[in-house]
Amino acid sequence: MSPLAQILIGVGAISAITTLLAIIMVIADATIGNYGSVQIRINKEKDITVEGGRTLLSALMDEKIFIPSACGGRGSCGLCKVKVTSEIGEHLPTELPWLSDDERKENVRLSCQLKIKKDAAIQIPEELFNVKEFECEVKSIVDLTHDIKEITLRLKEPAQMKYKAGQFVQFEVPEYELTSEPVYRAYSISSQPSRTDEIELEIRLVPSGICTTYVFEHLKVGDTVTINGPYGHFYLQDTDARIIFVAGGSGNAPIKSILHDMLEKDIQREAVYFFGARSKCDLFLIDEMREMEKKLPNFKYVPTLSQPQPEDNWEGDVGRVTDAIERNIDSGENTEAYLCGSPGMIESVVDVLKKKGIPEDKIYYDKFA
Amino acid sequence: MSEGLAFYAIFFAAIFTNNILLTNYLGMCSFLAVSREVDTSMGLGWAVVFVMTATSALNWLAYHYILVPFDLTYLRFVVFIVIIAAFVQIVEMIIERVSDKLYIALGIFLPLITVNCAILGVSLFMVIREYTFINSIFFGLGSGIGWMVAIIAMAGIRQKMARSRVPRALVGAGIALIIAGIMALAFMGFSGMIKIT
Ligand SMILES: Cc1cc2nc3c(=O)[nH]c(=O)nc-3n(C[C@H](O)[C@H](O)[C@H](O)COP(=O)(O)OP(=O)(O)OC[C@H]3O[C@@H](n4cnc5c(N)ncnc54)[C@H](O)[C@@H]3O)c2cc1C
Ligand code: FES
Repeated sequence: MSPLAQILIGVGAISAITTLLAIIMVIADATIGNYGSVQIRINKEKDITVEGGRTLLSALMDEKIFIPSACGGRGSCGLCKVKVTSEIGEHLPTELPWLSDDERKENVRLSCQLKIKKDAAIQIPEELFNVKEFECEVKSIVDLTHDIKEITLRLKEPAQMKYKAGQFVQFEVPEYELTSEPVYRAYSISSQPSRTDEIELEIRLVPSGICTTYVFEHLKVGDTVTINGPYGHFYLQDTDARIIFVAGGSGNAPIKSILHDMLEKDIQREAVYFFGARSKCDLFLIDEMREMEKKLPNFKYVPTLSQPQPEDNWEGDVGRVTDAIERNIDSGENTEAYLCGSPGMIESVVDVLKKKGIPEDKIYYDKFA
Repeated sequence: MSEGLAFYAIFFAAIFTNNILLTNYLGMCSFLAVSREVDTSMGLGWAVVFVMTATSALNWLAYHYILVPFDLTYLRFVVFIVIIAAFVQIVEMIIERVSDKLYIALGIFLPLITVNCAILGVSLFMVIREYTFINSIFFGLGSGIGWMVAIIAMAGIRQKMARSRVPRALVGAGIALIIAGIMALAFMGFSGMIKIT
């Protein structure tokens, strides 16, 4: 056989085999993998029809019903919980770490893991119907510290957002170098609800993080971005208990929003705000907080540095936030706590607050995970 | 030539004396990544047993009825890989369709093993050693079981070791490789019982 014939036979055979397999795959996809369209009944009132075989989260998202999902469907944030009231099969191993025993019994599922293959009925909080997608224009980008930027977004369509101080939105990162599909990340709103036509975010750079790299290196004033929200239960409870706020880094965002909201609504509750940073270069908006102390006489701002540098000439509290709380709070009687920051920080602060006598159900937090 | 070897000899040899993982060190990546818990290792192990057995049969047929007649045996790498990949995909779809229970127990592991080199290794050994169809199936089955035995043993050891103090530099994959090495030495004790090469 001539070498040419040999090459042709080789190429032909490999093409034939792969084509055959590809055809089998396409047929399988259209038959075995095709679940037709399925109906989802939401809160016993609204019916939507979606393509079967997809995850519940993406099916709802297409219908503009937004379920919070800070990790973008990787099953690593545990925010996308939805209660399924029809029979839909057992929990997947990827869901279990996020669900308490009660939630498992009530058939709460992680919507990003659950594939919808037949008609189903779900129950979601009424307030999620309020969640909308907003098109915005980047109005300004300001450096707060060496690794935190303040991003102000002007809402274009719809032009206003109604939310409670302390809630968060999800920022859509379009496809770019680090991601081949849009991803969503949660950011707390740091402006107050009275500024209805714009929202402000404080974003801290996570080295090689998908969303934060996009914001730090690609986002420019004038760009159009898409967000959806508002979400979350991290807002001030309507009581007259004393308030302890605790935050580190960009965890400041929702607390700043709540403080401005208190000022505008003239809420004069006793409040103290522990803010933890490494050295002075990680502190920001100090003047604004000092101003706040003057306008809210019962409010006190306690920044604490864990590693003050000699050139900082720091005279305030030294140590971790937990040390500052230990020193400054003697009893947790009639007190509520609002914490915001990394999971590690929150866990250690919760321990200290419980030791001080604050019951766990009076400690509210947003973990930036 | 291996015509003289009975299928049961090949079967047991594949588990003990010629354990694909511990003597050939194939299939290491999923072995290291998924050997933290006995339960998950068992799930992955069953998936490997199933896929190895089925793909050695399929690849045997493709080899002897397509590649050999057209004198294309040099294409076996590519052909075996695409057959394995397509097979795993379709099986995953079927499992997802027919049974939630099976999907939870087995299905979620399937995508992990498409790229498991032990599976390709089994298909290649079987043609190099010129096994018959029946022998190939038992070779696939035995290799799969051998792989499963090894990963379950590994997971058991790692679970026991969870609380031991491992030198900092060796935490994770480092100590796992050392354990695998010691297990391989232990399995050398079987050699001499049956010989297949
Ligand atoms: C309710 C909620 C509110 C939030 N509010 C804010 C906010 O106001 N400001 C803000 O800056 N962030 C906030 N976050 C965190 C934010 O959603 C992103 O997780 C974070 O910005 C990282 O996104 P990324 O895409 O850049 O990184 P990814 O690409 O998702 O992650 C890259 C790597 O970094 C790790 N990583 C992820 N997040 C962090 C982190 N925070 N610190 C250290 N390592 C991390 C990941 O595990 C991963 O390995 C909030 C999170 C939640 C859940
Ligand atoms: S979206 Fe994060 S766990 Fe589902």
